[in-house]
Amino acid sequence: MALIELREVTREYHMGDVDVRALRGVTLDIEAGEFVAIMGTSGSGKSTLMNTLGCLDRPTAGHYRLDGREVSTLRRDELAEIRNRTLGFVFQNFNLLARTSALENVELPLLYAGVPAAERHARAAAALERVGLGKRLDHTPSQLSGGQQQRVAIARALVGEPRVILADEPTGNLDSATSVEVMALLQALGRAGITVILVTHELDIAEYAARNIVMKDGQVISDIRREPVIAEVPA
Amino acid sequence: MNLLAVIRVAIRALLRNRLRSFLTALGIIIGVAAVIAMVSIGEGAKSRVEQSFAAMGTNLLVVRSGSSQMGGARGGFGSQPTLTWDDLKAIQTELSSVKYAAPELRGNQPLISEEQNWTTRVAGVTPDYLLLRNWRIASGSGLPEDPESNAKVVVLGKTVVEKLFGAYSDPVGQIVRIRNVPFEVAGVLEAKGQSPMGDDYDDTALVPVRAYAEKLQGGLKKFIAGTIYVSSATGVPTSKAESDLNNLLRDRHRIRLGGEDDFNVRNLAEIASAQEQSTQTLTTLLAAIAAVSLLVGGIGVMNIMLVSVTERTREIGVRMAVGARPRDILLQFLVEALVLALIGGLTGVILGVTIAQQLSSSFGWPLLIRVDVVLLSVAVSAAVGVVFGLYPARKASQLDPIEALRYE
Repeated sequence: MALIELREVTREYHMGDVDVRALRGVTLDIEAGEFVAIMGTSGSGKSTLMNTLGCLDRPTAGHYRLDGREVSTLRRDELAEIRNRTLGFVFQNFNLLARTSALENVELPLLYAGVPAAERHARAAAALERVGLGKRLDHTPSQLSGGQQQRVAIARALVGEPRVILADEPTGNLDSATSVEVMALLQALGRAGITVILVTHELDIAEYAARNIVMKDGQVISDIRREPVIAEVPA
Repeated sequence: MNLLAVIRVAIRALLRNRLRSFLTALGIIIGVAAVIAMVSIGEGAKSRVEQSFAAMGTNLLVVRSGSSQMGGARGGFGSQPTLTWDDLKAIQTELSSVKYAAPELRGNQPLISEEQNWTTRVAGVTPDYLLLRNWRIASGSGLPEDPESNAKVVVLGKTVVEKLFGAYSDPVGQIVRIRNVPFEVAGVLEAKGQSPMGDDYDDTALVPVRAYAEKLQGGLKKFIAGTIYVSSATGVPTSKAESDLNNLLRDRHRIRLGGEDDFNVRNLAEIASAQEQSTQTLTTLLAAIAAVSLLVGGIGVMNIMLVSVTERTREIGVRMAVGARPRDILLQFLVEALVLALIGGLTGVILGVTIAQQLSSSFGWPLLIRVDVVLLSVAVSAAVGVVFGLYPARKASQLDPIEALRYE
């Protein structure tokens, strides 16, 4: 049994008078520990697929089993709990809370998991250490560079020890050198056993993934496994 | 997410927009302060009225003789003496609902001291009269204890002492001539101030009732040419004493059922309570106006919370993405509104009490802070926070996380 199983997932919504069919029957298995890049042009449905995988959105029809559990019919509270315990998010624009220290940003998922304060601080500090920001716990987002902010976001995604990290265009706002750093970090997480799913439209970023899925018009048009490029951080 | 963490997050969020939070809380502050200050003003006015009635004597009934009828012209109450000394005795002895009953014979008489003269209200009374009117002797021994005494002694009110002997003198032991009859000053009454109608209580002189009847009034052996003051017994409603008094006198005067009374009983407690009621109405009115401003303050809280939810849509999206349940978001905004309203409420209490203090010292009223009103207004401001915070908080909790994350 795969960690993620999508079966004939469709998603339709209304925008004004227009019915949009964002996903038109996607069937997909992702095994635990895989490093997957989902690619496609704007409007291909890759963002909707990402939201569905991230339990932010529910399919209109079809089945989504995450870690053996059918999640397509869960209530909002149950989805929130899955996002909290099983998933971690990294966004293109970082989405850190402004005027809030790196440590507190990273603590956020633990806060909603009900982890006591002392353990929260310790785990958040350890996560920041892991992404190389052990010395910047008190910095607020405005005091950090883009790459550092994204590393805080990655620390926030991994602090809850999730099974899957979902990264939506994580390098979209970063220069190429910083992008490599971020990809190296994500590859390290992959090696540590965390499943990483990456949405990107950049080919060179997708090359760091071991599996490339291409979306078009709400369907998977290609799904290939390949030898990934290893992100090397220049010393 | 535990409550302490929620409160910390709320306070942090409020501190992030200090001026805005302060202005929003100001609505609540003014509302609560207004309620407390207004009620305190009302209570101060009420106690002022109460004090002036207490000076007059509480649970007081005034019994006067009936009216005379001479060839179709009817005189006022008291013009036809109908009350007898025996009636007085009967009231004192037969009615358990009566505590004191005392006669008052009264007339304006000229008083002459060695240096000055002054015409004032001279009243012939018994010692019970002083108890009944809550009147104490400031110096001297006062009237003889025997109600039947006809000793030629006089107790003077403060104003009379001033007029006859000068402001700071002690006239006890000196002689005052009333209608040329020498009376020895046996005491000075405690100053009592003005009646609710503006008369000076202290412009009076009291002599034993027998002395008054014999030396100053003359005649009328059997009847009381004056008034009987009656006070109800402790714990007995004045109205009960009033009806007992009516029944006794009707019985003694042999008035048939349906016949007109040949006497008149007035209940001063009723006048007092009517006055109190009117100040109570004033208090309620002031409090109601103040409550409206509290409501307006609540609308301010709702307004700012709606702005805050809109501004922080992205933050809400992030929180949801990392695992906040709708109820966590609801709680967060609700607590924020509540903290805002409570801080406003507590500050309002401090401000309201300060204002009340200032007002009471400048009007010379007693400072009356009603604890129930203080607690109520804090509770109401908390309720305002919850009620007006609920809609914005619900709105926040119902946001779609995808939309919220995309919000610019």
